[in-house]
Amino acid sequence: MIAECCKAEKGHDLLEVSMGPHHPSTHGVFRMDVVLDGETVVKLKPVFGYLHRNHEKIAEKNSYLASIPYTDRLDYICSMTNNWAYVLTVEKLSGISVPERSEYIRIIVSELTRLFNHTCLAGFLLQDMGALGTPLMYAFREREKILDLFEALTGSRMMCNYMRFGGCRCDVSADWIKQASAVVDRYSPFLEEFEALITGNEILRVRSQGVGILSGDLAVNAGVTGPMLRASGVNYDIRKVDNYGLYGRFEFRVPLGQTGDVFDRYMVRILEMHESIKILKAALLTIPAGPIMDPKAKLRNLRPKTGEAYGRIEGPKGELGFYLISDGTANPYRYRVRPPSLVNLTILEDMCLGQTIADVVVILGSVDIVLGEVDR
Amino acid sequence: MITMQTLPEIKVRLENAVPGARIEIVANDSPANQPSLLIDAEHGRAIAQFLRDDPEFKFDYASNVTGIDWLGKTPGYLEAVYHLYSVALRQGPLILRLRTENRSDKVTLPSLTPVWRSCELQEREIFDLYGIIFDEHPDLRRILMWDGFVDHPMRKDYVEPDDYEYEPTPHDDVLEKARLHYPAKEAAV
Amino acid sequence: MIDTKLRDDLRKQGVVATSFQELYNWGRKNSIWPLQFGLACCAIEMIAASMARFDMARFGAEVFRPSPRQADLMIVAGTVTKKMAPQVIRLFNQMPEPKYVIAMGACAISGGPFKQGYNVLKGVDRFIPVDVHIPGCPPRPEALLEALMALQRKIAAQSLTGEDRPRFLDAEASGEFPVPEFGEHDLVPASNPEVWRPALVRRD
Repeated sequence: MIAECCKAEKGHDLLEVSMGPHHPSTHGVFRMDVVLDGETVVKLKPVFGYLHRNHEKIAEKNSYLASIPYTDRLDYICSMTNNWAYVLTVEKLSGISVPERSEYIRIIVSELTRLFNHTCLAGFLLQDMGALGTPLMYAFREREKILDLFEALTGSRMMCNYMRFGGCRCDVSADWIKQASAVVDRYSPFLEEFEALITGNEILRVRSQGVGILSGDLAVNAGVTGPMLRASGVNYDIRKVDNYGLYGRFEFRVPLGQTGDVFDRYMVRILEMHESIKILKAALLTIPAGPIMDPKAKLRNLRPKTGEAYGRIEGPKGELGFYLISDGTANPYRYRVRPPSLVNLTILEDMCLGQTIADVVVILGSVDIVLGEVDR
Repeated sequence: MITMQTLPEIKVRLENAVPGARIEIVANDSPANQPSLLIDAEHGRAIAQFLRDDPEFKFDYASNVTGIDWLGKTPGYLEAVYHLYSVALRQGPLILRLRTENRSDKVTLPSLTPVWRSCELQEREIFDLYGIIFDEHPDLRRILMWDGFVDHPMRKDYVEPDDYEYEPTPHDDVLEKARLHYPAKEAAV
Repeated sequence: MIDTKLRDDLRKQGVVATSFQELYNWGRKNSIWPLQFGLACCAIEMIAASMARFDMARFGAEVFRPSPRQADLMIVAGTVTKKMAPQVIRLFNQMPEPKYVIAMGACAISGGPFKQGYNVLKGVDRFIPVDVHIPGCPPRPEALLEALMALQRKIAAQSLTGEDRPRFLDAEASGEFPVPEFGEHDLVPASNPEVWRPALVRRD
């Protein structure tokens, strides 16, 4: 159907290809209807909904506490940051405050999540470029070390279900802090090894520099957030802008890209990992003693006053926001997730026009989508 | 932070800039302190354009577009809520609300996609799940459900298709649904 | 079948006595090629199971084929939604016999935590026959390895002749299952009655 309207203009046949939903490189069940002129992309329409799990409708029947495990499953690679975005919004909605030690713990686990998310992205991006397996093996090896920490803390590797309104579920022990410090100390040499193997690699450079360029103005207008926005040169990191949690106490820089191509997005993520390691080292060193839950915080039967709140955090993929409307009962009236991956996909077509079909795979890899978030 | 103090000034500036616009402030009782502006559908796009282009506002980033179904109100209506931020001037969120007239036939709202591209996929989702029709949206079709689907699932009065499955300990409405499928009392073992 | 004690004693002496069935099944079970088919969160644990720490390659299942025509095993990892269900069944139909299905995770078994959803298929076994179920949300990679071993035991126990021979050796049985269509409110049909019937248990 799409090819019919394009045929008349060009005068020769165009090929319509449906990439997905079952495809080795679409990062989940994502489908792209691509119209090709030879190998060049003429039109691209993303199709999703293959993982639409009705999270928002289910949350309207659940209490506020019962929705926390569901938030783990949104961006299923980074469960801790999803938890934080949701509990932040509920705390805004009901005016619950968080003790200092809890804020430090939240920052530590979120930055650990950001570390392994960006590492896995580097692995998956290189897998898409054809380096079958090896960078991904290195990335997952490091991820396993961090997952061991999460399992010791929360009992689960991936779906941690750790944060609560007014704090965290359980306290970190001194032994855990020691192990976490050891993991973080070994991370910088790992990153140097990874970069030495990969960043200077000719194939990566040729396939990613100049590919999928996104300008800063179009990125802001299209609602792009996260490392993709910063790679296009726009300095907007919600950790600095909103100053949520206690991020104001930590010194870290915000890496910016220049051209906004795939290579810039990759490098921004690598540099963000270095900044995360700085934050982690400082937080693990200076974590204060104290309670981890606000003693007046109510978890079960939380009935916030009638009203609404929008809370957002800088997740590893971009701005993860939650919009909650409360009508005074135990269940939210409207529960909305603002998914970074969905909004980042708005300009996928613009980035891919004129590129070859092989570049589409690489560009999609650099957007860093997770279908659990796109479809909810 | 845009709060109840700054919002009346914003309202006055908008009313001056877009003549004929009807704007109300909707209060928000929760500790979040995020009141919103209710704007009318006719001047929606003009207001949005002004908010984006005016050098003092420069709301160049529409972060979140939400659909809400207010079934309980009389008459019930559907609503689209826009959260706007300014990347250039580091301010926000400014919250805009647009309401339809009812839930059945007058469900059209102006699309703000020509102003902010980030609304494109989110407005499609609201069309899919709530049924609000956005005027001048470049590509308004279903996004999460399949094309042949006729219902709007996120509405409060949506009834799911009957899909009985075994539950070990059913209670409340699940038990009601399951009872319809149990064998007749005489045939029970 | 040969007496297993006698067979093991002979093997210790360096004499291998086996049956055709054992040899045939041994070759098949030690080189199962899974289809690269991750839907949701369980897919990440499936990838972790094939990575260096848990290493599915030891079981012969390292080669994840992207094409269903070359795969023996479909690990349905993640929630199957109604929008995706026709594609899952079409892929299963495209796999050549002998083929097996592992339903990994609570979502693939019965809909999981999303069972109340209007777009969620409450279990992939509504449409295709499943050989091994792995509970968990997500199941650990070790659980996936245990399921693979359970499947290997199942394959080893399959007889080649007789009434209980598997589907692929039965000329009457078909390996293709009907693909549902998208209806106006739901999939049409909502389940495959030959594969799955709802359990009618009274609970008053």
